[in-house]
Amino acid sequence: MVRVLAVSSGGGHWQQMRLLSHALGDVEIEYACSAHVGDLKVHRLPDCNMRTPVQLVAGVLAAWRLVRDVRPDVVISTGAAPGALALIIAKLFGHRTIWIDSIANAEQMSLSGRLTRRFSDLWMTQWEGVAEETGAIFAGSVL
Amino acid sequence: MIFVTVGTQLPFPRLIKYMARWAQSHSERVVLQTGDGSGFNGCEAYRSLPSDQFGTFMTEARVIVSHAGIGSILAAKALNKPIVVIPRRAKLSEHRNDHQLATAAALEGRAGLRVAWELDQLPAFLDGPIEPPEMALHPQFNQLVERISTFVGA
Repeated sequence: MVRVLAVSSGGGHWQQMRLLSHALGDVEIEYACSAHVGDLKVHRLPDCNMRTPVQLVAGVLAAWRLVRDVRPDVVISTGAAPGALALIIAKLFGHRTIWIDSIANAEQMSLSGRLTRRFSDLWMTQWEGVAEETGAIFAGSVL
Repeated sequence: MIFVTVGTQLPFPRLIKYMARWAQSHSERVVLQTGDGSGFNGCEAYRSLPSDQFGTFMTEARVIVSHAGIGSILAAKALNKPIVVIPRRAKLSEHRNDHQLATAAALEGRAGLRVAWELDQLPAFLDGPIEPPEMALHPQFNQLVERISTFVGA
């Protein structure tokens, strides 16, 4: 069975990830989140964003450990920065990767999303306008 | 009951203060999830809520009042509740950027969702009935899942 690692931040990022991953067919999914979600099976990542360099380093280390331990076939992220780091590291170690930019970014690709561009096998937005502007794939959206 | 939620990341005092004042002149119960520690006299206020309690308030409410966060919008849709969103503005230091304005503009007009661009638009939305959102996930959702599934090889 295909092994998927689904990584996201809390709040809306996490809800989009749950909606999408629950709809996937026959796959084995491990989750990681940078917020507390009240489920012990979900791996915990430190929170960080692209404007806090020190925490980013901690985020990179945690993402590297996570990918090494889970050994996924595919890494999927709905953002934000912690998911982007996990995706980039996963790609560097030869795993397949999917970026789905949050539906919150209706006018432009998020900063995290722009960073994942070269590291994503499937680089997606949930808005047609953003797809036209950036060359990202638009296939649909959660709302 | 009206449930006001501002998400877990940042407080949103402009909205909370407005709704606390609104509650003083109305008999309807108002529950606030504030994102910060400040108390609001006369109102039931929580800094943050565990997910089961959040779900209980969402379920009890006749309408949700929220920042324009996707988490709140998806939660309201999942529970078939109408939602009024107020976008956070960067110039008022309510968020790092103005993406909530873009989200609100893009989603305005969807069933069950109203956008109060300014706070003084809120009372009219709270007084009138708002239809529930469309429960069914629209075809765009299935198309997105299909694309991901195909790639994953599920």
